[in-house]
Formats: sequence, C-alpha cells, structure tokens
Amino acid sequence: MIEVKNVTLEYGTSEGKVLAVDNASFSAKESEFLCLVGPSGCGKTTLLNMIAGFFPPTQGEIRVHGQAVNGQGLDRGIVFQDFAQLFPWRTALGNVAFGLEMKGVAKSERERIALEQLRLVKLEKFAGSFPHHLSGGMQQRVAIARALAYNPGVLLMDEPFAALDALTRDEMQRLLAEVWRATRKTVIYVTHNVAEAVYLADRVIVMTPHPGRIRAEVPVRLPRPRDPLSVEFLEHQKMLLRHLTQKEEGPS
Amino acid sequence: MKSRAASILRAAFPFAVVAALWEIAAHSGAFPPRLFPALEAVAATLASLTASGVLPHHAADTVFRLVAGFAVAAFAGVLLGIVMGRYRRAEDLLMPLVSIGAPIPGLAYAPLFLLWFGLGDTGSIVLVAFVSAFPVILNSWTGVKAVKEIWIRAAQTMGADERRLFRHVILPGALPYILTGLRLGLAQAWRILVAVEMLAAVPWGLGWLIFGAREFLNTDAMLAGIAVIGAIGLALEKLVFQRLENYTVVRWGMMAS
Amino acid sequence: MKAAVSITLSLILYEAVARSGWFAQALVPTLPTIARTLWAMLADGTMARHAANTLWRVFAGLALAAVTGLVLGFLMARYRPVERFFMPLVSALMPIPSLAWAPVFILWFGLGNTATVLVVFYAASFPMVINTWTGARAVNPLWLRAAGAMGASGASMFWKVVVPGASPFIITGLRLAFQRAWIAVVGAEMLAASDFGLGWVIFDAKEFLNADIMLASLAVIGAIGYAFERLVFGSLERGTVLRWGMVRTAKA
Repeated sequence: MIEVKNVTLEYGTSEGKVLAVDNASFSAKESEFLCLVGPSGCGKTTLLNMIAGFFPPTQGEIRVHGQAVNGQGLDRGIVFQDFAQLFPWRTALGNVAFGLEMKGVAKSERERIALEQLRLVKLEKFAGSFPHHLSGGMQQRVAIARALAYNPGVLLMDEPFAALDALTRDEMQRLLAEVWRATRKTVIYVTHNVAEAVYLADRVIVMTPHPGRIRAEVPVRLPRPRDPLSVEFLEHQKMLLRHLTQKEEGPS
Repeated sequence: MKSRAASILRAAFPFAVVAALWEIAAHSGAFPPRLFPALEAVAATLASLTASGVLPHHAADTVFRLVAGFAVAAFAGVLLGIVMGRYRRAEDLLMPLVSIGAPIPGLAYAPLFLLWFGLGDTGSIVLVAFVSAFPVILNSWTGVKAVKEIWIRAAQTMGADERRLFRHVILPGALPYILTGLRLGLAQAWRILVAVEMLAAVPWGLGWLIFGAREFLNTDAMLAGIAVIGAIGLALEKLVFQRLENYTVVRWGMMAS
Repeated sequence: MKAAVSITLSLILYEAVARSGWFAQALVPTLPTIARTLWAMLADGTMARHAANTLWRVFAGLALAAVTGLVLGFLMARYRPVERFFMPLVSALMPIPSLAWAPVFILWFGLGNTATVLVVFYAASFPMVINTWTGARAVNPLWLRAAGAMGASGASMFWKVVVPGASPFIITGLRLAFQRAWIAVVGAEMLAASDFGLGWVIFDAKEFLNADIMLASLAVIGAIGYAFERLVFGSLERGTVLRWGMVRTAKA
C-alpha cells in the first residue's frame, strides 16, 4: 500500500551537509494505522512530507498504491499541526468541500458529502461558521474532515493535536480512533507523544535524531478501545521509551 | 436611543466649539471679511454654488478623473503586484524600478506628465494612475508573499492547479494586503488629483475651484470647496472601503474591524 | 546585481526612446543631456540652494508637527476628555489633502515660506498625532504594573516606561510624517514658493519646456527622500526599537 524504500534526505546548510533522514525503509498495509514517533529533529515530519510529495528524497523511493510518488496527489489527504491550515475566507463547509470542488464535483453533491464528513467529526452544526469562530480543537476536526472529504486512500497527519490542551487532545484522540474505524483509511501519523502512539497505532515506528534513523518497529496488538491505564498499555509505552532513550547499539 | 443621541451630541461638541471660535474671530473685525469669512457666508456660498450647478460640475469632473485614473492603477497594480509576488523573474526585473519610483513624491512628476500628456484630462488621469499604482503594487506583492505556505500545500494536495490556486487561495489569502494597498492608493490618488488640478489649470475640477478662487479673494468659495473635498475623501474611505473590508477580510477574521 | 540589470535595461529603453526621434528632444531629453544639466546645476551651486530651501521648509514644518503631534497624542491617550474633544476634529480634518489648504494659506500669508511650512505642518501632523496616541495606548499594561510595583509614578513612569514603550509607533509616525511632508513640500513649492526650492524649480522649468531640468531635479528629490528614509530613519530604528527587539507592525 505504502512502501518507503531506502529513503535518504540530505540538504546543505552554511555549516555543511545535514542528513535529515538516513536510509529509512518501512511499509504500511491497507487500512493500517501507523505512527512515526521520535523527538524533534529525527526526520519524522520530513519523511511524512516526502510521502505527501512536497519534495523528493535525495535517494530511495516512495510508492503509494504501487505508484512512485511524484508530487502531490488526490490519493493522499494531509492534516498539519498548525490551526492556520484552514482557509479563513471559507466557512467550515467551504473548507471541507474544497477538494471536491477542485475535482469538479457539482455544488449540491459536494455540499452533501462535506456535511457528511463534518457529521463524522461531530461538527455539522458549525458548517456555516468561519474558522476564526471555532476553537483550536474544532478547527483541527474540520481539517480532518477536509482531508477525508475527497476520499483519499491515505491520511497523513503531522502532529495534528500537539498544539491542543491535554483534555481536548484526549477527546480528539478518541474521535480520531472512531473516525478511523468508520473509514478504514491507511493512516500515517507523526507524533512525539509516546502514549498517543500506543493509543492510536497498529504499529509504531521509532525514530532517533542526528542523523534521522528508524530505530525500531513495535506492533501494538491491544484490543480497541484501548485503556491507557492498563498494564499492557504501560508495557508498550515503556518499550517505546526504552528504544528512544537507548544509545547506539547493534543493527537497527 | 438616548445613548445614541448623547454620542452624537458628544461628537458634535468639539465642532461647535471650533465654529464658535471661528465666528468670534470673523466677527471681531480683526481680519478683513473677504479673507476670513464668517461661517454663514461660507454656508451661503456652498448653497448657492450647489444650487447653480457649478459645484456639482466641478465635483463631477474631479470624481471622473479620480475614477478613471484609479481604475487603471487598481487593475494594473494588483496584476503587477501578484505577478511579481508569484514569479521570480518578474520580481527581479520590476522590483528595483518600483522601489526607486515609489519614494519619489508623486507631485514631482506632475509638471513632466503635464508636459508629456497635456494640461487636460489625459495628463491628470495618467499622473493619478501612475502615482496611485505604487502602493497597490507593493501591497499586492507583500500580500502574495504573506499567503501561508500551508494553505498552498493544502490546496495542492486537494488537487488545485495553478489557475485555481490563484483564484481560490492566493487572491483571497492576499486580500487583506490588496485592500490596504487599494485604500492607500485611493487616498494618494485623491491628494494628487486635487493638487494637479491646481497646477494644470483645468477649467473644471474642485482643485481648480479652490485655486482659481484665490484670484478674486473668494475665500468663502475656497472653504466651501475644501469642505466638499474633505467630505468626498471621507465618503470614499468610510462607505467604499470599510464596507468592502467588513464583507470580506473582517468577516473571515483576517483583519480586526 | 539583479537590480543593476533591471535598472540598466530601463535606462537603455529610455535612451532608445529619447533618440528615436518620435518625441521632441526638449520633451524627452537624452540621458547625457540630463546628466550634463544635473552636473551644471550641482557645480554652480543652484541645486544646493534649491535643496537647502526645500529642506529648511520640510524641517520647519516637520518639527512643528512633531512637537504638536507628540504633545497632543500623549494628552489624548492619557486624558479621556482631551481624546473626546480632539479625536472627532482629527478624523474630520485628516481626509482633507494638505495641498487643498495651500490657496487659503497663500491668501492669508502671501506667497513664500509661511504658506509652504504651514502646508507641510498640516500634512505631517496627522501621522504624528495618530501614531503617538496609538503607541501610548498600546504600551503593555504589564510594564506599567511592573514599573508601578517598583515605585515608578508620574514623570518617571512617563519618561521611562510610556515613551520607550510607545517608541515603535512614534518612530513609524515620524517616518510617515516625513514621507507626507516630503510630498507636501514639493507640491506647496509649486504653488506657493516664489524663488527657490526643488518643487519650484521643476514647476518653473515647465514654463520653458526644460524637461532636462525637471528630470535632474526629480533625481535629486528622489535621492534626498531615499537618503532620509534609509539613513536617518533606518539608523534611528536600528539604534532603538530593533535593538530592543520590539518592532511590530505599526500603521497609521
């Protein structure tokens, strides 16, 4: 479904070359929820941006649905961390309908679909509101609905809840788990929050910085909905933390 | 209702004080009335000039020049600014010229333009268009640069091509700046036009009304003309731009009202 | 480098038009003619005399406007009745172009410096008042509380907290005031000056179809305006608000 093969990204700065991502390989199956976890500078966002097609890797190859990624495409939806990603000049409904409009879907049809997506994130009452009248959590929900509306196979999410307060984040994670169960999209979700990764993911890919490398892959086979206070949950969390804090050792 | 009446009264109070001071000075006999007319004389002149159709004719000619010149500036300015903001080549070529031209006071060009394009409508319209295009260009350019990268990425991910990216993302995203540019441009156009009408000695126009009145010491006509100039300037600002902004960028939360 | 290319291109274009013979030489003089005129005017001191007269008028008007604007602006910000009295007057007078007053001032004070300086004063006052008023009200209340807790009051509060706190706006106001004044002085000299001044010389040259004198003076006007903008206000900002890291967008 998604294949990342030996991907490396290097860029030049005034102090010489920086290896942002070093020889990363992984794959995601249809309908799998994959988390990329790591501290800042580990290359997780860079990797996500390359899957999104914002820029190509220096070396290696990325395939989505068997096709090599070459620029952006409607097969992938994306949600950023920044609340400002919504277009302020469009209502919530107008934002969600944007992708369908670009596809040339008729007005009544795209509004029906957009409203359906807003219902999925429980915001149908706010369809006519402009983004600046919505709270941060609501704006991110609109962004999720917007990324889902044109029905891409893959949802790419770059720390979408990192700028929210703890209570709202908790609520959003539960909502996202529900949305994922309902839509069965393949999700690649970038976060630096280990608990979040264990709560959401089928499989967690652990990355470490300088240079950005994949350190481990940890499957999470807990039944959903997950209980963050259960022993198994905490065990997974501990395991991920161990991978993150361990010094260089053996082949990764 | 009561508070509304009170606020109108409060706003009128300073004008009443200034008017009273003016009246005292005018009626004191310290200054010749021809040079320092009483307000009732100014009002009477304003009324008679309006009734005779002279003032409306002056105003209509001035507004025509303003609209003609500013329309050209707005269209060309927004287009140039956006092209410069979007394409490196255009920016490299045009930016140095704009940054040299912009700080030169527009009126300094006036004699040259009058020489090249004649003293009549053409000269003043071309000058107004040229001078008021600068703020429009610069602000449109800034606006395009200020369009958030994240909006462009989001739109491209959703399949927007260059044409639709422009119409649905760049134009609305840059709109707060473009409107500011248009507003500054219009204010500039208005100032330049009044001045150039004085210099060009066009037969009709508010600038000429007040400048020509000097010959015959018609201070009352001058002050009446100035009042009309101020009123039109204020109306352009309040009625046109504030409405436009309230309907777009303020409603979108991109600009405080 | 790129700027040089673009400027050279436009100069070549102008020269080609000037030499094409489509327009009268007197109306579109060639670049060497303009350069010769400029040099001659610089060498015999007439340009310096014009510039000195213009600068004197600008600074007389600007100084008056700065003092008036600062005093009135701070008083309006501090005392509600002052604000209530002057704000409507300021808003009513501001939309009247300063040059519209030129005929009245000429009538009252005759052709010459008084009328010109008054026009400059009128043009420059409004940005000073508005920006000082805005700046004084935009001073962070936390600073006032902190300074108050440390024993500041009255004069020391004003000079040590309010004035520096409002300075980004005041400097912007001064800059706008200079721009307005520079425009106004050129226009006022065309209408009201009787012997010297950069505006006067341009307008006078029109009578004799001396386009070369016009263009030479235009270059000097541009150069002086540019020098003030960059050198004077640029260094003023670098020495104060930029150094303090508190530049905000401050518009009139």
